[in-house]
Amino acid sequence: MSTGYGRGRLSNVTAQEVVGGLLLALIGILILDLVRLLVTGELPLSRLWSFTWNGIVDSLYIGLAAIGLSMTYSILRFANFSHGDLVTTGAFSGWTVAYLVGGIGIADLSSRLLLRADGGAQPGSVGMDVLAAPVAIILGLVVAAIVTILVALAIDRLVYRQLRDAGGIPLLIASVGVALALRYLIAFVYTTDTRIVVASPPQPELSELVWLELPAFLAERTINLHEATLVIAALALILGVHLLLQYTKLGKSMRAMSDNKDLALITGIPTERVIFATWVIGSGLAGVAGYLIVLDRGQITINLGWFLLLLIFAAVILGGIGSIYGALAGSLVIGLTINLSLIWIPSDLNEIAAFTLMIIVLIFRPDGLFSGVETA
Amino acid sequence: MSGSSKLDGENAGNSLNPLEETDLPQWASDLVLIAGIVVATYAMFAIIGLLTGVGLNETVGFMRLVTFFAAVYALVVLALNLHWGYTGMFNIGVAGFMAVGVYTMAFLTASPDGSPAGLGLPIPIGVVGGMIAAGLVGLVAALPALRVRADYFAIVTLGLSEIIRLALLSGSLRSVEVGDTEYGTGGGSGISYTPVDSVIPWLLERPIIGFAGDQLFALGDMVGIESSIIQSGLYTGVLLLFVVAFYLFLTRIAYSPFGRVLKAIREDELAARSLGKNTDRVKITVFVVGCALMGLAGILWMGSQSRVNPDSFMPIVTFYIFVALIVGGSGSNTGSIVGAFVFAAFLWQGPRFIRSIVRANVDVRAPQTIYDAGVELAAGDPLPLLGYVIGTLDELRFVLVGVVLIVLMIWKPDGLLGHRKELAAATDLSRRPTATDGGDTDE
Repeated sequence: MSTGYGRGRLSNVTAQEVVGGLLLALIGILILDLVRLLVTGELPLSRLWSFTWNGIVDSLYIGLAAIGLSMTYSILRFANFSHGDLVTTGAFSGWTVAYLVGGIGIADLSSRLLLRADGGAQPGSVGMDVLAAPVAIILGLVVAAIVTILVALAIDRLVYRQLRDAGGIPLLIASVGVALALRYLIAFVYTTDTRIVVASPPQPELSELVWLELPAFLAERTINLHEATLVIAALALILGVHLLLQYTKLGKSMRAMSDNKDLALITGIPTERVIFATWVIGSGLAGVAGYLIVLDRGQITINLGWFLLLLIFAAVILGGIGSIYGALAGSLVIGLTINLSLIWIPSDLNEIAAFTLMIIVLIFRPDGLFSGVETA
Repeated sequence: MSGSSKLDGENAGNSLNPLEETDLPQWASDLVLIAGIVVATYAMFAIIGLLTGVGLNETVGFMRLVTFFAAVYALVVLALNLHWGYTGMFNIGVAGFMAVGVYTMAFLTASPDGSPAGLGLPIPIGVVGGMIAAGLVGLVAALPALRVRADYFAIVTLGLSEIIRLALLSGSLRSVEVGDTEYGTGGGSGISYTPVDSVIPWLLERPIIGFAGDQLFALGDMVGIESSIIQSGLYTGVLLLFVVAFYLFLTRIAYSPFGRVLKAIREDELAARSLGKNTDRVKITVFVVGCALMGLAGILWMGSQSRVNPDSFMPIVTFYIFVALIVGGSGSNTGSIVGAFVFAAFLWQGPRFIRSIVRANVDVRAPQTIYDAGVELAAGDPLPLLGYVIGTLDELRFVLVGVVLIVLMIWKPDGLLGHRKELAAATDLSRRPTATDGGDTDE
């Protein structure tokens, strides 16, 4: 038996090296092919740029959500399958408030309260774009964060606190229950219909936004203001989290707890307060991510977060579970993968590429691409 | 480990598990237990249904559906119990393995003239082929099982099942031309084929069974039950035979030396390995067997419709199966069957039965939105709200499933029959801490 085991172990190690080598070779071939496509002109540079830009945009909202998932994973020690539905909660609650405020006197209360569940209140007539109703949109963003935080804290109080010491798998199973209950409570109120809630984004030319003399090739570029809002809001929040983690006592406690929970307890770090902060930051960012995704894509559905969840997991795993900077880097890899892979494969296979990458990394580099230590 | 101590405290009472001692009385009492729960539930539904004026055909049809879902869920849950309950492998890619089984069967048996075309082979070959394909995909998935922690393994299997579903859905595999024929997955519309429940008309043409069938149809005609319900009821009977076969097969595995290694891996893999057991090989074997059974269960379930498409294999299907397993209590085959039945009767079909009752008695009109319902409620008419609730019962059912899952994890993580979990050791170990569930709890 033991020799059989030894042989198995040996072949495993070589298999790991073989797969790693193959992966590197594949990436090398893809880069060479990319150069060939660019040189021969089969792939215009503008298209490569638009793929890359979409990848960055995708990676920003995945990253916002991934920070929270990574934090709960490292501090509460479980894979939170209800995180995607916190994203959905933020999207619905935020846009409801945006409609309530932005549509005063324009549309009837029922369409605004239920986000057009009855088909009324056209996004265009309510003026749901950042130029027509900036106050409503920003208010919606803030409410998305607040409501999601409150929902997450309530769930923690009702469910996860009872299971604090139950181990990863019971918590994981309970989080699946939370995900189902939360998503379908939203569906009960808002119906399961997918609908457009955001007007088409204003796209001014760059010269209209900047009061400087710009060179011609820059001045005529159009800017999608919804995408720009997403990018600016996401970058600001990520910077805020970075400052919080590095320069506050709370951030230090959180990093200590994700690194070594028992040691943190011994040194007198208030566990429950850190867990509270984890939910506030993690779910707040998740809610904002959901809100911004809807701003960018224009449509809302109850499966918004659930369909995103596996991509978020992929990002967290790629970066090494528990590392917030790793999660952000992982998000960038995932965002670029699902967009740049479109150069070679049809668009309905791009998520397969991302999930395959995730599985390969989980199997052969379980610590993540960047071998992140489990510290934020 | 720390979390399981509370559970151990509850289990410590049943010091000697009777299962280990004598097999036959336990087996018989399990049968009585399952039959008792089933009969009591049916009697309850029949009485409620007939008293509230749902009608005979609808009540019998409802029971037929409950039995069908109980049977198919029992099949998958038993297979999953082999992975999670016995070996502690947290497989949440069940839907993917079922998809592989059903699609392979569909491809092998679909008509060569169809679109997409199949190979036109007989159904039994398709069924066996589907099982083999699901097992092979399981073999590929089992390799990571050796390397990663339980929660990582969960994400790997979920990712795999999504890869399978997205690949089946994708337009690029929709049709592949080989020679003059268009093969492929058919994308979103799927593949159509001869359903496996065509075994019933085939059986009814055999001499003795056919005669018995005629009597049954005549009897149904006399009582007033439609022949279509009886026909599908017969297929459900075939499913029940499969449940019995699964149960016997898996119980046989569980009490074999191989089965004891499985339980040992669940409780402490390192210890099992230290005792010289080749845990890697055992895990691969058991994963492949379980996946093949999932493929078969998928074929018997989804294969009884005449068309298969990727929407039947959403990740949520896996979670239903998990809920059924957890309701019954993982680690016990009897618990798996009870869980599947309770899930099918109360969580899955129960809300629909309530809807039938309400629709038979109250003239409800569903308002378009909950806002309209609220307005009418404020005006003193609660019926529109009831109508809205009944209209969205499918969504509320998911809420119910979620809440049940949460409540079980908090107050009864072992499920209804979880105390029946069989331990690896033949002697009483109850005074020593043991892991209560599969997977690593020491994270």
